Amino acid sequence: MAGKTLFEKIWDKHVISNIDQGPSVLYIDRHLIHEVTSPQAFGGLKERGIKVRRPDKTVATPDHNIPTMDQHLPIHDELSRFQVNKLKENCNKHNIEMYGLTHPYNGIVHVIGPELGITQPGMTMVCGDSHTSTHGAFGSIAFGIGTSEVEMVLATQCLMQSKPKTMRINIEGELKKGVSSKDIILYIISQISTGGATGYFVEFAGSAIRALSMEARMTICNMSIEMGARGGMIAPDETTFEYVKGREFAPKNEEWEKALEEWKKLPSDSDAQFDKELTYKAEEIEPMITYGTNPGMGIGISNSIPKTEEIEKTSQKSFKKSLDYMGFNPGDPILGKNVDYVFVGSCTNGRIEDLRAFTQFVKGKKKADNITAWIVPGSKQVEKQAIEEGIKDTLEAAGFELRQPGCSACLAMNDDKIPEGNYAVSTTNRNFEGRQGPGARTMLASPLTAAAAAITGKISDPRDFL
Amino acid sequence: MPIEKFVTLESSCVPLPIENIDTDQIIPARFLKATTREGFGDNLFCDWRYDKKGKPRKDFVLNDPTYSGKILVAGENFGSGSSREHAAWALTGYGFKVIVSSFFADIFKSNALNNGLLPVQVTPGFLEELFNAIKDDSAIKVKVDLKNQIISVPSLSISEKFDINNYKKTCLLNGYDDIDYLLNMKEKIIAWEEKA
Repeated sequence: MAGKTLFEKIWDKHVISNIDQGPSVLYIDRHLIHEVTSPQAFGGLKERGIKVRRPDKTVATPDHNIPTMDQHLPIHDELSRFQVNKLKENCNKHNIEMYGLTHPYNGIVHVIGPELGITQPGMTMVCGDSHTSTHGAFGSIAFGIGTSEVEMVLATQCLMQSKPKTMRINIEGELKKGVSSKDIILYIISQISTGGATGYFVEFAGSAIRALSMEARMTICNMSIEMGARGGMIAPDETTFEYVKGREFAPKNEEWEKALEEWKKLPSDSDAQFDKELTYKAEEIEPMITYGTNPGMGIGISNSIPKTEEIEKTSQKSFKKSLDYMGFNPGDPILGKNVDYVFVGSCTNGRIEDLRAFTQFVKGKKKADNITAWIVPGSKQVEKQAIEEGIKDTLEAAGFELRQPGCSACLAMNDDKIPEGNYAVSTTNRNFEGRQGPGARTMLASPLTAAAAAITGKISDPRDFL
Repeated sequence: MPIEKFVTLESSCVPLPIENIDTDQIIPARFLKATTREGFGDNLFCDWRYDKKGKPRKDFVLNDPTYSGKILVAGENFGSGSSREHAAWALTGYGFKVIVSSFFADIFKSNALNNGLLPVQVTPGFLEELFNAIKDDSAIKVKVDLKNQIISVPSLSISEKFDINNYKKTCLLNGYDDIDYLLNMKEKIIAWEEKA
């Protein structure tokens, strides 16, 4: 019998039963909730007259809807305030731990899970948010669900899931200077498209992945949903264990030793079979940037936007619609394009390592006059660390400001909206029409590429400054 | 909550031949602040449907009286992006019962099925035939037979079989809901937890 993949080992361990010709009943170890996708689920419980079955396995944080300034004051937007208060009310009623706005553990749900040690190898984790795939960086099965499914998990701690196919994507070799994990994932999506991994759970492997820090691995798994994957994951190793050890909710002492023994058995067996396998060379990846309105529309920064004839005939209409929205012409070089906004943050690139990369780049330089920049830490703890490390001071000296944590301009549910027609280089995950505000034009890139744009006021190659 | 039973549907269609329609287009994030499931239909495809002043854009299909019906026919890779179930609520709230495309994003598909909205995945060739048929005759009726898993255009005698998970099909045909199923498994779940 062939060996098992990392995914299969965890999946098999969590299946309670299989429905004939149907989905499996999967047990969920950790359920993260936030204010936007949970209220209707709690409403459903109320209508059924049932309680949350395992509040001890559920953690809540408001993040999508919150301001990134003056968080000590009541939220001025009435609907946002109502939704955030509703989360608090539901958590109180059902005895769920919630890290509210001024709590030192508050932050974006996919940033606080790992930093608090809630996220651990071998777990099944879900959240009503597609970027739950982030947690797969620890060697866990983590994926986003809809609100009906949030209700399912609240009610039973289980979920009905059809077993996805497995894919392994190997990145071999060494990344070039100025190229980061964000570039790896934008590169992969540009190669296989936004639907290229639909139906699959993807394991990222290879020497270039092994060499990455946990923060960098999270960026990659975070965006696996942008190629349609149910989730992404990376086998746990010493880097993983080192990161988890000692964190607030990580196992301690004997429990730690026991957990470690189990976690070491998780990596895919050498003879494990994947339904699909792809391999790319790390050396071929350069800093990436998107030019269109889905994350698959990315190119190396020194390249030009494709010409219409290079696009498949059936997709040309959508391609043209996309470029019209962006105000770009087919065949245009991307370098030198004007930029109005720079946004650094989100569950993709709002961790301390991202702030460090951006800050180190802008240190001793000055923000370009035409740029409005929003630097938003992913959590209270990231914010605290940024202040302690002097990142805040360095940023301010270069003309930037560190705001308070939240999802912010990534999806523009709060006041942080890019004005219509303006161009934003953003370290986030989606460049959809209107994603960062009605009419906003988003270009996805790494924190380094965002820094180069912030300093020069236009799309620039960060490698020219290293 | 128990979903509405899905029987055979015959309806004219609304064509939206755009690829990669993401959930931010279906329902922009700024409309996700509601705490109930109702009312999202008014903002379905909001930024394509209305101009900045909130006036309907004449060139968008939902504002074109030529087209109406309970079936939305859309380009490849429908529903990519965010997991927001609000996208499914917006489509059902507007009155759609079926979405036809040549490819659907995973989470959207689950969300749709959990709300009695049937995603029908057809081949790219059949999708093109459908778009052409609707272009030729905006009132043309398309029939979706869930029991036999067949989508057809009776007046043109064209049809195609579509896939659906057998369990989900039973749920839709009978109006069952996953939570009822799982709640009935309570003892088994507890026993599993004790063993784990």
